Amino acid sequence: MTAQALPMKKRVGKTRGDQIFDIILYTVAVLMVIVALYPMYFIIIASVSDPNLVAQGDILFLPRRMTLEGYKYLLSMGNLWTGYGNTILYTLAGTLIMLAVNLPVAYALSRKDLVGRKFFTLFFVFPMFFSGGLIPTFIIVNNYFHLLDTFTVMVLPFSVITYYIIVARTFFQNNLPAELWEAAQIDGCGNLRYFFQVVLPLSKAIIAVIALWAAVGHWNSYFNALIYLRTGEKYPLQLVMRNILINNEVVATQMTGSAAAEMNKKVNLIKYGAIVVSSLPIMTMYPFVQKYFNQGVMIGAVKG
Amino acid sequence: MRGYHGIGLWQRIRRNAGLYLLMLPAIIIFICFTYLPMYGIVIAFKDFRPAAGILGSRWAGFKYFTKYFSSYMFGNTIRNTLVISLYTILVTFPLPIVIALMCNQMNAKRFKKFYQVSTYLPHFISTVVMCGMIVLFLSPSNGVLPKLMSLIGVKMGDLMGMPRAFSSIYAWTEVWQHVGWDSIMYIAALSAVDPQLYEAAVVDGANKWQKILYIDLPLLIPTAIVLFILRSGSVMSVGFEKVYLLQNDLNLSSSEIISTYVYKMGLKSSQYSYSAAIGLFNNVVNFVLLLTVNTIANKMGNTSLF
Repeated sequence: MTAQALPMKKRVGKTRGDQIFDIILYTVAVLMVIVALYPMYFIIIASVSDPNLVAQGDILFLPRRMTLEGYKYLLSMGNLWTGYGNTILYTLAGTLIMLAVNLPVAYALSRKDLVGRKFFTLFFVFPMFFSGGLIPTFIIVNNYFHLLDTFTVMVLPFSVITYYIIVARTFFQNNLPAELWEAAQIDGCGNLRYFFQVVLPLSKAIIAVIALWAAVGHWNSYFNALIYLRTGEKYPLQLVMRNILINNEVVATQMTGSAAAEMNKKVNLIKYGAIVVSSLPIMTMYPFVQKYFNQGVMIGAVKG
Repeated sequence: MRGYHGIGLWQRIRRNAGLYLLMLPAIIIFICFTYLPMYGIVIAFKDFRPAAGILGSRWAGFKYFTKYFSSYMFGNTIRNTLVISLYTILVTFPLPIVIALMCNQMNAKRFKKFYQVSTYLPHFISTVVMCGMIVLFLSPSNGVLPKLMSLIGVKMGDLMGMPRAFSSIYAWTEVWQHVGWDSIMYIAALSAVDPQLYEAAVVDGANKWQKILYIDLPLLIPTAIVLFILRSGSVMSVGFEKVYLLQNDLNLSSSEIISTYVYKMGLKSSQYSYSAAIGLFNNVVNFVLLLTVNTIANKMGNTSLF
């Protein structure tokens, strides 16, 4: 359509300048894709190649002398799989709680006829600007609610997320016409029934966005576990990963005589493998659900 | 609202009782775990003993603030926090704009999609894995980056052990991980350009470069300014998670920031009141910064957080 509106000579072909522009554009873009993807690609090939070759720097572009030793060892690491299981539990429970807690607030705040709307909005937004800080929060959670080292502390206390509320509220404001509520009211439908039977079924897009954000957040977080958990059996995957990757606990537990030297070579192989195993669920899921993430950012960008 | 005129306040509240019920769980959670800790801040002015509780502990005035202000860690932690933070803001800021402009110029639909997906992807790596990758890649004995650099004849030392390399490592890995993702806002803004503008520009003989310079860039500048101002409001709150994981004994002199110091003082050596005082100081500075910045952003454009 646009092409027809243009003068004849512009339709024939690009100018030379534009051709050069395109060449530069795509070259730079390809380089950026390589920079973005290569580190992740390297992790994968290093996790299946001979660790000696990796250490010498011989593995840069293709895997060589393939080995599954690293993964075999990972299979035998009980704490990694306990962590995996814990993270799945925390992620499922935590995501459900976040949906159950934040979506209703977002809907209530989206209603213009809510008495005290300004007050409640401020109540939920204020902590974005000022908070008790680490130590007072720790003391309240530990000394007053006795939640240290419990399952609850991983899924409940920090489940109200102001940003999710703002994004969902904007969505409700823009997508639910006021006439719909008025019609439902005339039919004798109360607020609660309206929320559960009309609002939620119409809001699958925003539910998906919040659920995905919450799930990725739970899967990737280690801070709460670091502060509030004490026993290893409750550790989520990320805390186990931190012990493997940063605190080098693979070696520490295996330090016995001559086996230690042999082990040392394998440590990095195990680390590369652990990175692959721990990131796999999110990385494989991401390309299929990325449009929801983008939608969410854009809904959030439009201020309500 | 108009329809409710003439109805009493109490009736208006009662009519929407269900809405308050919907908010109740979140309100309870927020009071318990967000607002109660704000009250707990008073321990910064007390000699907190767990056995005595928050109320029962003795008042200590500004003792712990003075202690922090006069300790050598005061200057150190503030300087490190500011250096890491400002450096990161400066280098992570321009690239998302460039990425968005590039995306906007791509006519090859499938490649554009691939370009977006692959630049967004690092955003989803967890902080722990990211830091593990940094340590592995930079290892002087068998890291892949020193190996790649030696191919082009550059010798790299042990970067993780060099205090002066810390802020660069932090900031540039942030660039790698988040610039693609941060470009989404700009891409959204560009998609709002009226196609007629481009057509008019083409008729006037503009090339692609000129279209970027005179149509796209001016359009993005207001968004960019507001985002930049908002970012600088959080200058005192560098992420604890990544800095803490990248710290080691060798680089500590330039990697100890306020939040990691608060964590170590409070939870590692149980100096609750001292640590709470440092945390409060940091929070107040942050709060003032955010308010200032919000006011500026309000004046510049019509975007604000309130």
